[in-house]
Amino acid sequence: MIEIKDLHKSYKMGSNSLHVLKGINFSVEEGELVAIMGSSGSGKSTLLNILGMLDEADEGEYMLDDIPIKNLNETKAANYRNKFLGFIFQSFNLINYKTALENVALPLYYQKMPRKQRQEKALKYLEQVGLKEWSHHLPSELSGGQKQRVAIARAMVAEPKVLLADELTGALDSKTSYEVMELIQNINDQGNTILVVTHEPDIAQMCKRIVHLKDGVIVKDEKVKQVRATAHV
Amino acid sequence: MFSRDTWQEIFLTIRKNKLRTILSGFTVSLGILIFVGLVGMTNGLQNTFEYFFSQDATNVMYIFPGRTSMPYKGYKSLRRIELDNDDLADIKKDFPMFLEYISPRIFRSALVKYKEESNNYTTIGVDWGQQFAEKTIIMKGRYINQEDVKNKTKNVVIGRLVEQDLFGTMNSIGKFIDVGGSVFKVVGVFQDDGGDNEERQLYLAYTTRQLIEKNTDKIGQIVIGFKEELGYTGAMAFQRNLERYLKDKKFIHPDDENGFFVRNVADALKQNQDFAGVLAIIAALVAFGTIVAGIIGISNIMVYVVKERTKEIGIRKAIGATPRSVISVILLESIFITTISGFLGMLIGMGLLSTLGDKLMDDYFILNPGIGAGLAISATLVLILFGSLAGYVPAKRAARIKPIEALNDE
Repeated sequence: MIEIKDLHKSYKMGSNSLHVLKGINFSVEEGELVAIMGSSGSGKSTLLNILGMLDEADEGEYMLDDIPIKNLNETKAANYRNKFLGFIFQSFNLINYKTALENVALPLYYQKMPRKQRQEKALKYLEQVGLKEWSHHLPSELSGGQKQRVAIARAMVAEPKVLLADELTGALDSKTSYEVMELIQNINDQGNTILVVTHEPDIAQMCKRIVHLKDGVIVKDEKVKQVRATAHV
Repeated sequence: MFSRDTWQEIFLTIRKNKLRTILSGFTVSLGILIFVGLVGMTNGLQNTFEYFFSQDATNVMYIFPGRTSMPYKGYKSLRRIELDNDDLADIKKDFPMFLEYISPRIFRSALVKYKEESNNYTTIGVDWGQQFAEKTIIMKGRYINQEDVKNKTKNVVIGRLVEQDLFGTMNSIGKFIDVGGSVFKVVGVFQDDGGDNEERQLYLAYTTRQLIEKNTDKIGQIVIGFKEELGYTGAMAFQRNLERYLKDKKFIHPDDENGFFVRNVADALKQNQDFAGVLAIIAALVAFGTIVAGIIGISNIMVYVVKERTKEIGIRKAIGATPRSVISVILLESIFITTISGFLGMLIGMGLLSTLGDKLMDDYFILNPGIGAGLAISATLVLILFGSLAGYVPAKRAARIKPIEALNDE
């Protein structure tokens, strides 16, 4: 599903250049649930942003579902993001003046899906994350866990090839974190490919594979025995 | 770009961001309102000028006698100059190609009586041409005519208010009134746009007035109506010729400006029109400045809007918004607000102007202020056009920000 070869990325900081990713080689199969771990500054978020086409690599190859991701113009990148990828952020990134339903339906709007169909589908996904009754509430009226569920529904609604989650439990308490991870595991059980960036070992243990990143290189890539979140809830 | 969904998206944003919408709308409305008001007031001022000059004919020159200030050809200075019938006849004879009419004006105050009613009025001895110079409107009967002048008849034309004072509701035509001790027959009643004072006057033939005053040939002032086709330059040339002619005839030093005075209405009109023109240019500059200020106002708001929405734009881009859709949503919102509030400001401005009418006439010399609909609409369209252009630049920049940078914007 994802195939990257010799990926480099550096940031210019004035006259200095900060080499963040120093040759990453890595691939993900369909249906995998991968945790990318590392301390802060290890390059894990940068890697995720490049995978999500939110940022561009300086060097290296990136194939997403056998499509080379290179030199995309903004419009093309936007279309790819819309069709192939779903994002879940630490700070939820919901649009605060739109209701839960409108937030979830937004990716479909950019697919130019008719309004009625859009709302039906958005409602279906809200139901899947257990928030059907909250569809007409604004983000400010929802708890942190509920907001993240809305964000997950929004990421899922366009039926992307890969879900990318950046510290998705970072702003949640552990009980809510486990509930959200349970949802992620369920989505993975349905065959969806998910990449989770985290620095919390217990969250990483709930994935099927852990990639350890340190100073811009992969130091360890291991399959783990998945801990089901249900056990904690 | 113009799908129903796009508009729903825009309406939603507008509804959810009322303060921002009201602020930007207010700026635009105010800009157009000031523009419309300013242009309207200037037009009102010009209307007043036109109104003042419309009361009397503009192809008219008045000659007032004075006193010389220089000795010349054996005459001492401070000699009093008087105009007489001879001057009238000579001007008529020597300037036929310029003249339309010529009339003397002999002002005398007189006690006028009819039965028990009496009052003091100004009487003016005139020839028939005076009617055109003063734009006198005859309500009843007739004006003084050539027969009156030739036969020195005791006929009189009275003002509307004179009739009202002396006759009340009765008809004055054919009645006899006492004017300064002589009996005159009323042959006409006139009205005049020049105001109440002018309607409290009486006209009689100048020859009759001269007869009463021991058959003198002095005539006071001269009114000359010149041909309209002379134009401004022609009228000025005529005035110069006439002055030289009269100075020569009356033995006044060519450089002496005090022997007599000429008031050329065409010249005064030209000066006033020039003044009004300059005023209009100044007002136009200020109005233009207002529009520019409005455009800058919108630009500022657009920059702020884009800044405020940077994170939202980042979110939208992350979930698949193309640069085009980002630009179009921001731009359409700006155009929509500008259009609605621009036309609102325009209509309010035009509405206010139309309620003013002549309310500002007495204190501010502004009459029927108003603005051409074409000009008002073009100004509004210009504001909308440049407002959207001003919005396009930040919108374009917003669309180009990397999504990851926009997302990290707090």
